[in-house]
Amino acid sequence: MRPSIAKKIAIALLGWGIAIVMFFPIFWMFITGFKSEVDAVSTPPHLFFHPTLQSYAEVQSRANYWLFAMNSVIISVGGTVLALLLAIPAAYVMAFFPTHRTRGTLLWMLSTKMLPPVGVLIPIYLILRATGLLDTRTGLVLIYMLMNLPIVVWMLFTFFKEVPREILEAGRMDGAGRMGELRHVLMPLSLPGIASTGLLSLILCWNEAFWSLNLTSSRAAPLTAFIASFSSPEGLFFAKLSAASTLAVAPILIFGWLSQRQLVRGLTFGAVK
Amino acid sequence: MATVALRDLRKSYANHEAIKGVTLDVEDREFVVFVGPSGCGKSTLLRMIAGLEEISAGDLLIDGKRVNDVGPAQRELAMVFQSYALYPHMTVADNMGFALKLAGVKTEERNAKVAEAARILQLEPYLQRKPGQLSGGQRQRVAIGRSIVRNPKVFLFDEPLSNLDAALRGQMRIELARLHEQLNATMIYVTHDQVEAMTMADKIVVLQAGVVEQIGSPLELYHHPRNVFVAGFMGSPRMNLLPATVTGADTNGVAISGPGGISVIVPVEPGSLRAGTKVTFGIRPEHLTVDPNGTLNGRAMIAERLGGLTLLHVELQDGTLLVVQTDGADATRLHEPVRLSISAPHAHVFGPDGLSAEHLRRNPLTV
Repeated sequence: MRPSIAKKIAIALLGWGIAIVMFFPIFWMFITGFKSEVDAVSTPPHLFFHPTLQSYAEVQSRANYWLFAMNSVIISVGGTVLALLLAIPAAYVMAFFPTHRTRGTLLWMLSTKMLPPVGVLIPIYLILRATGLLDTRTGLVLIYMLMNLPIVVWMLFTFFKEVPREILEAGRMDGAGRMGELRHVLMPLSLPGIASTGLLSLILCWNEAFWSLNLTSSRAAPLTAFIASFSSPEGLFFAKLSAASTLAVAPILIFGWLSQRQLVRGLTFGAVK
Repeated sequence: MATVALRDLRKSYANHEAIKGVTLDVEDREFVVFVGPSGCGKSTLLRMIAGLEEISAGDLLIDGKRVNDVGPAQRELAMVFQSYALYPHMTVADNMGFALKLAGVKTEERNAKVAEAARILQLEPYLQRKPGQLSGGQRQRVAIGRSIVRNPKVFLFDEPLSNLDAALRGQMRIELARLHEQLNATMIYVTHDQVEAMTMADKIVVLQAGVVEQIGSPLELYHHPRNVFVAGFMGSPRMNLLPATVTGADTNGVAISGPGGISVIVPVEPGSLRAGTKVTFGIRPEHLTVDPNGTLNGRAMIAERLGGLTLLHVELQDGTLLVVQTDGADATRLHEPVRLSISAPHAHVFGPDGLSAEHLRRNPLTV
């Protein structure tokens, strides 16, 4: 049955409504970054204002954006690559050589995500301090890797499950060996899945704030800490905060935009097959 | 030269035994077919030979060497899977050359071998295509090509034709038989289709529930099935199997009385059969004939006309159903009385234990 015109219009309106509601805060942040501090806090807000780059200039003069951005890139990519390196073999074994404990192990891994991170803040903090990893990129890379590992293993597991077992067995008959099977057969076949898993992990790492704020101060601080450094308890300097936030989220937004097709394809890979 | 020997091979899982002790010798250049209903363990047995399933107990010997603990690739076997299991991201040429590439064979030599296999299988025009761009039959040929280039000791086939349509299956059956001639290789082939087994095998192994029911040539299984299961499984259309009673036994054979007025002396060794023993009487549709002087009275209920021959489903007076194979030109009308005669030398008697009574004279083709 085809939906009627009225129904189509209603669905379109609803879709647009939800999109606008979700996009509005980002749009407002973007706009506010170009306002003067006075315009930024005026009520009712001015719809028309003189755009200025003053806030961006001040943000630049007060903190080295590139240092934070570089930290974000290194930590996100490092955490993601490390997680993939560990998760690919793990998911391979779980998908193709399951034992009666495999399901339980997967659920247990996921259950760690149900714990509030703050619950383990003190032990993690003490461990990093004892190992000298506080405020280091290495420390955050390790934490991010651990943080995303359950999700990455789960996603890869479901992607690998889609690969017919017989193709891997054919590889085994052809003399590929375990690593060869993984490298020449399984990974090329599930590349879309691995890519979208990596993209998702990258985004999660980039946006992570809890650990980065608590475990870094200056040397290893990523862009989330950069934003936080512009927020003041009194709620002042909205324009500068908005400018800093825009700078911090812009790279990942652009990245997400460019890779959205890949991301959607990977995430719906299993569902539509 | 390649022989395979199975010595009391067993496969057990946590709570059941899938293969319950199989002993078998596969001679050099022999075409052996494992056949049986689904779930009988035939694929498991093949995968154990391939090295894809662990062997729980017993010995597997290839060319006389025990290979239980040798990896699948080092056993030098090649396997063709039911789903073809081609590498979808590689071209046909790369699919066929993959094993050689892994083995470190030089590019020129590899290309030569792939080209040779492609020539044998008429795949030359498709070498640069991906498997997704090929038809089912072509994919199957690529899968076979992939096994040929490795020049394996033994070819293993796991229901390779069951994903093909009937016409293509018939054609591939002939191609495989020709390939067996041409390559002079030892082949082990798994199927649930007894027609494939009958037409291709030198030796058939009939399996049921992890147990070998009988090993023999196709005609041996057809003419001298060891038990009721093999008798019912091999041969199409299926053998008529009816409950019957022994009325007498001597050196001329065993006299049988069955439902619908069946009364016949079957020339088999009486063994332990005595008057009054409950037995199963077996007669193949092709050994029943429509005969005005026949001893059985019935009515043809259904006629399956296949053109060259016709299968009549005849209901005897007491309601017993018999399938009779007649000539395609048979003019028997439905629902009208028909008389049948039984070719006694071709009948079978299965004792209470299900085992076949030995025929006094074996079929000349099976000696």
